[in-house]
Amino acid sequence: MSSFVQWLTESMFLWKALIIIVIFAITLGIAAYSTWAERKVAAYIQDRRGPNRAGWGGLLQPLADAGKMFFKEDFIPAQADKWLFILGPCLSMFTALMSSAVVPFGNSFIIGGKEVFVQAIEINIGILYVFGVVSLGVYGVMIGGWASNNKFSLLGAIRAASQNISYELAMGMSIIAILMMSGTLSLREIVAQQHGGNWNIFYQPLGFLIFTVCAFAECNRTPFDLPECETELVGGYHTEYSSMKLGFYLFAEYINMFASSAVTACLFFGGYNYPGMDFVESQLISALGANVGHNVATLVGIGSMFTKILFGIFFFMWVRWTVPRFRYDQLMNLGWKGLIPLAVGNLVITAGAILSGYKLVGIWVGLVLMVVLISVGWSMRPKKKNAIMGA
Amino acid sequence: MQLTNRAKKTDKSELSLFERSYLPSLATGLGITIKHFFQAKPTIEYPEQKRYLGPVFRGHHILKRDEEGRERCTACGLCAVACPAEAISMVAQERVKGEEHLYREEKYAAVYEINMLRCIFCGLCEEACPKQAVYLRHDKFVPVFTDRSDVIYGKDQLVEDMNQRYQRDAWTKEDAMKLWK
Repeated sequence: MSSFVQWLTESMFLWKALIIIVIFAITLGIAAYSTWAERKVAAYIQDRRGPNRAGWGGLLQPLADAGKMFFKEDFIPAQADKWLFILGPCLSMFTALMSSAVVPFGNSFIIGGKEVFVQAIEINIGILYVFGVVSLGVYGVMIGGWASNNKFSLLGAIRAASQNISYELAMGMSIIAILMMSGTLSLREIVAQQHGGNWNIFYQPLGFLIFTVCAFAECNRTPFDLPECETELVGGYHTEYSSMKLGFYLFAEYINMFASSAVTACLFFGGYNYPGMDFVESQLISALGANVGHNVATLVGIGSMFTKILFGIFFFMWVRWTVPRFRYDQLMNLGWKGLIPLAVGNLVITAGAILSGYKLVGIWVGLVLMVVLISVGWSMRPKKKNAIMGA
Repeated sequence: MQLTNRAKKTDKSELSLFERSYLPSLATGLGITIKHFFQAKPTIEYPEQKRYLGPVFRGHHILKRDEEGRERCTACGLCAVACPAEAISMVAQERVKGEEHLYREEKYAAVYEINMLRCIFCGLCEEACPKQAVYLRHDKFVPVFTDRSDVIYGKDQLVEDMNQRYQRDAWTKEDAMKLWK
């Protein structure tokens, strides 16, 4: 027994379990309060006050919503495939929760002479794992939409599938540019390389733009929320869902937003890095001692990471209440004819810049060259006769 | 043909490449929404804050008494006829000897009911009344119902209380604001 206790304390098991539970709880908490924030942001943008009756400033609204969801009738249509119908929202929630496992939320804590990373699992293929899980996420929507045995649900599910597949390509290629620069797939190392204000956003502005647009499409957020487009498809893939199953679908969307904001922060905004980080850490270490100082500095880093994540979530909401929904053909045109060629161009430019040895200058010169080339090509395009104005 | 100066001519020229990238209009849109995000909100949070409704607001009905405390209503039924929502109903009765201090006219309303779910607070009953008996108060709302049985208001809720006589005063904004405190 004592050897078991010794093993527990000596191995990382306890600390890792603790970190996983904390990250899990924070993810769920942020997702719950995203529903509140969404309504507040929507209200403020539309010159309203938003929910303000449940608790101070409406802060108990998520609890009230969850209570409502639980007590609604849990209805399964007679013609639906019962097991798949239940599996759909479970899968959606499961994949959404899994994706933040490899995200480094902070540097490390030194506990009992051991360094514990603030990350559920540190694997050397982190970003690949995120992609794998995110592309599994569409199964929840697909299965739910198909099992409902409803035309609108099926159409929504098909839209979700084709949209996710289309935008995953451009997203993957915009990330490959980053991987070429960093030379690693591990999210922790990608973040560590951006130490000292050396953020990837300065190297990959176009990559960031493509990644953000694709992230919106992958999360099924406006302007790409065609799978649940209520003007055309009633409720899209979750038309037939009610009670907490519907709640799971909606909740999974917010968790996905959280996860994609976290990944964006890691890939482009330096994760837990912030300007003047070394100075803060050295000051803290000289004031509090090596171990405590390092741990407090890590806490500050976690704060900076979460600031970035929360701003990311706010940006998702800000765009949702600004931009109207795309038409489906516009969505496909943008994905296949716009983003993928741009991502390939970005890839070539990044490769050239790395080979030339002047990364930063090379990439910006390359981007300017590309813009010039595209506009020259655009001005030389054959003009249509009797073209319809504005079409 | 130009009718007003407010019409804006739509620019139907072909979009440039920059405009077609959708980014400039996206940035403009985000700018507009964030401006609204930080703007002061015009909401009046009703149960806590009450707004000025003016001295001619039409609220809760009242059946007036005269100076001697006698009910003015003679149950002629003109208010019920005038009512577009058919919310008013009444039962008339003859005044007997000894009731002269209660009812001013020889005929009075034994039952006078207003269905507050039907009433649209148009004030036509007030205009129709030849005896200046029914009025819509400017200082009191009909309260929220929680039960269907609360909906029909009888004489007990409508007839004026002699200790708290209703006067349509508060003609200035400041006076009216005091009423709604």
